[in-house]
Amino acid sequence: MSYFSNSAWWWPYLFILVAGFAATDIWRFLGVYFGGKLSEDSDLLVLVRTMATALVAAVIGNLIVFPGGALAHTSLVLRIAAAGLGFVAYLLSGKRMVVGIIVAELLLLAGLYLDF
Amino acid sequence: MSPLVSDTPMSRSVWFLRGVRAAFSLPGLILVSSFVGFAALAKDAGVTMVQAAFMTGTVWALPSMVVLVGAIVSGVALPAALFAVTLSAIRLMPMVMALVPEMRAEKTRQWVLYLLAHFVAVTSWVLAMERLKHIPRDMRTTFYAGLGGTLVASNIMVVTAVYAVADALPSTISAALLMLTPMYFLTSLWGSARERVGHVAMVLGLALGPVFHVLLPQFDLLAAGMVGGTVAYGWHLWRRKAGAA
Repeated sequence: MSYFSNSAWWWPYLFILVAGFAATDIWRFLGVYFGGKLSEDSDLLVLVRTMATALVAAVIGNLIVFPGGALAHTSLVLRIAAAGLGFVAYLLSGKRMVVGIIVAELLLLAGLYLDF
Repeated sequence: MSPLVSDTPMSRSVWFLRGVRAAFSLPGLILVSSFVGFAALAKDAGVTMVQAAFMTGTVWALPSMVVLVGAIVSGVALPAALFAVTLSAIRLMPMVMALVPEMRAEKTRQWVLYLLAHFVAVTSWVLAMERLKHIPRDMRTTFYAGLGGTLVASNIMVVTAVYAVADALPSTISAALLMLTPMYFLTSLWGSARERVGHVAMVLGLALGPVFHVLLPQFDLLAAGMVGGTVAYGWHLWRRKAGAA
């Protein structure tokens, strides 16, 4: 039942349709349906948003601590330092995403270049 | 623009093209760079080029796509992947709920809104919430169709292009590409949090993700989301109570 468990050509597409398309568009459709009916500040929505935020943040944490591919060959300290300082640069620049992303990338590349 | 001509096909295509043009902006460029990162991630996970392009068109929400690829890498079964992605996508509902009243005109048909809702993801939403108020009400769905359609189509092309060249890239560049996705989320998630509790949930999730990855590898994202989200919500209730007292 996992993505690679069935060798039929259509299986990955079915997997994406069910676990990806249906799982996201159900919320978009409900959003249209409820549009304007439910208060954005209702307590239930606050809980729903905090859970969703924590889940996506967990994805970020895993991508930095347990990355795949070429990033897996870099040191954990370098990745955390690059991401952390990039984030600080983002905050200091008045929340400019470009600044945060560029600082993190330059630090990562500098670290790799210096063989850190 | 005179209201007398605002409903002619001519002005409709003008507003569609203005939507297309709105996609070529700084947020649009940052989105492209994070799709470059996503393509590197998906390729690394063993997802083929056509599957990744299909995923981009059908799912169209980068956090959910990264969760889906994470589930594919961990080898979890379909129901567990469905559950994790569903939880990651909940945020789309309040976003769409906020956008619909902005976009709807008196004559707008319901099916048009359901169709356009598929384009809702962080970037198109931020751009739309910023620009829609300057657009004649009965042209807003047209404008958004141009904006959302362009973002989806161009990023499908970006994903395909990255697959084509990825093998030729030096490993330093591949590592830098893989770093784009976490940095994009780190900054966009922080910036889009509506209230302080969103920042608390984010910090908790960042720490709990890797912890549960070790403790509960099959359910790391769900566990981090539920525990981190509930604790943050508890903090929110506690703070409100303390503030009221």
